[in-house]
Amino acid sequence: MKNSFVYKYLSLRNSESLGRFLTTMAALIAIVSTITIVVFISLKGLSTFTTNGVSLKEFLFSTNWLPDRPLAEGGPQVGVLAFIIGSLVVSMLAVLVSAPLSIACAVFIVEIAPYWGQRFLQPAIELLAGIPSVVYGYIGLSVLVPFIRDNIGGLGFSVLAGFLVLSVMILPTIVSMLIDSLKSLPRDYKEASLALGSTRWQAIRLVLIPAARSGLVTGIVLGLARAFGEALAVQMVIGNTRVMPTSILDPVITLTSAITMDMGNTPMGSLWNNALWSMGLLLLIMSFIFILIVRYGVRRGGISR
Amino acid sequence: MTQSKISVKNLNMYYGDFHALKNVNLEVEANQVTALIGPSGCGKSTFLRVLNRMNDLIEGVKVEGSVLLDGCDIYRPEEDVVNLRKRIGMVFQRPNPFPMSVYDNIAYGPRIHGIKDKRKLDEIVEKSLRAAVIWDEVQDRLYKSAIGLSGGQQQRICIARLLAVEPEVLLMDEPTSALDPLATMKIEELIQALKKEYTIIIVTHNMQQAARVSDVTAFFLTGDLLEYGKTDTIFTKPTDKRTEDYITGRFG
Ligand SMILES: Nc1ncnc2c1ncn2[C@@H]1O[C@H](COP(=O)(O)OP(=O)(O)OP(=O)(O)O)[C@@H](O)[C@H]1O
Ligand SMILES: [Mg+2]
Repeated sequence: MKNSFVYKYLSLRNSESLGRFLTTMAALIAIVSTITIVVFISLKGLSTFTTNGVSLKEFLFSTNWLPDRPLAEGGPQVGVLAFIIGSLVVSMLAVLVSAPLSIACAVFIVEIAPYWGQRFLQPAIELLAGIPSVVYGYIGLSVLVPFIRDNIGGLGFSVLAGFLVLSVMILPTIVSMLIDSLKSLPRDYKEASLALGSTRWQAIRLVLIPAARSGLVTGIVLGLARAFGEALAVQMVIGNTRVMPTSILDPVITLTSAITMDMGNTPMGSLWNNALWSMGLLLLIMSFIFILIVRYGVRRGGISR
Repeated sequence: MTQSKISVKNLNMYYGDFHALKNVNLEVEANQVTALIGPSGCGKSTFLRVLNRMNDLIEGVKVEGSVLLDGCDIYRPEEDVVNLRKRIGMVFQRPNPFPMSVYDNIAYGPRIHGIKDKRKLDEIVEKSLRAAVIWDEVQDRLYKSAIGLSGGQQQRICIARLLAVEPEVLLMDEPTSALDPLATMKIEELIQALKKEYTIIIVTHNMQQAARVSDVTAFFLTGDLLEYGKTDTIFTKPTDKRTEDYITGRFG
């Protein structure tokens, strides 16, 4: 044992090597679990196409979701376009609501009222990040949904309820990215603008916010990723009907909620079950793309200083 | 008697309890270059920022006395600070072009003051860049980011950006301290050329620079304006011993 490779390589005699051993192990565990998860989801997700012979085109671009229909009646079909559209619509609208609100909050905290902003508003917004999604869903379900039903129309379970709940959930993500990037700007920008005879508002709108755009884009992409991946809160308020919505008051379904709704009652290995895994794989690919955008797209498009 | 462009009377300035400028009296004539010299921390930047009210941004600042621009007190309550800063522009120690294209940097000032016409803007941009002697170097990269330019080019962009709003007075706080000798020389030549149309006040730590570019020199020491007068006189026959010590480098 004393001459074993591990023993020698890490020479477990002193605490320095023990530290190295522990951190190396932790890193290995992280890497191995990431790889196994990706491989597992890929294998499962691809079996829809390999084992069941569904074409990728049908899966992505058809709205016919009939996984339990027998062959005689035209089934089974697993087109998930409605889910993809649902996910996209709900998350993009959430970002559309959240982004301007976040800009206002971040500007208030950094530029307008740093004292009140950093003492009260910022902690309040950070607190939002810590609220469990089931609580968001529950509040949406018991407050927002009845409110929409009674005051605006429809069933209440709707695209509208979904993106409103999501927009609050992703607010902290966008705000904190923006705050960081506004704070990292040199003071000189603001002074230079003021010294040219701009108002404070012009300096903020025309110099500071554009200069912080890389943070804004990062925040928006991360927010989009979070919105896209959120299942529980959304599922509780959007009604989950498998048809294309035609207005924001219509119920809708997303990739995530479609998976959570069906995963318990489909047998492993069936087409239906495999299709759910394919949707999971799709989500994984999407979040991978989001990460790539943040890591490479934003940095290159951003300002090099 | 002609009226001074800027006339500072019994000016006292405080950062909270700290008395940063002590009873300063100074007349700045139009179309002259006034150099402010003095050891670090003596209040040169503070004085400069009093003149365009940039100190308003700092909490706890108190200004007493009067600062007249063309005979009008810029500290009177109804003064339009935004318009004042348009008339008295400032170049900073560190070149600070905005992170946008060269064109947008120069057009920024005119745009915020309401000029939208593209042809007019093109004209102003070219004119300002020429006046700041940077046109030849940037004319084929007008639409690229100004951040990619060298320090000396950036500083001239900042000067051009300022000229584009057509100020009357240029305040320059150590505009060449971050630049190499060649870039410094270009800025100094520029200052000489600009004084035909502008009144210039420049802070510098470089005695040769003060001697080269200025008509009038003012020497500050720990918040006091010890001495001011014709640059030639200050540099050859200073009345105060401390001025002489500082100029000849025998100081502290
Ligand atoms: N925002 C501020 N709050 C409090 N004190 C300040 C502030 N800015 C400057 N001071 C003080 O006022 C005095 C004058 O500062 P100022 O920046 O005007 O000096 P300076 O002559 O420009 O020096 P330097 O040559 O190093 O730039 C210094 O003692 C400085 O510590
Ligand atoms: Mg200074």
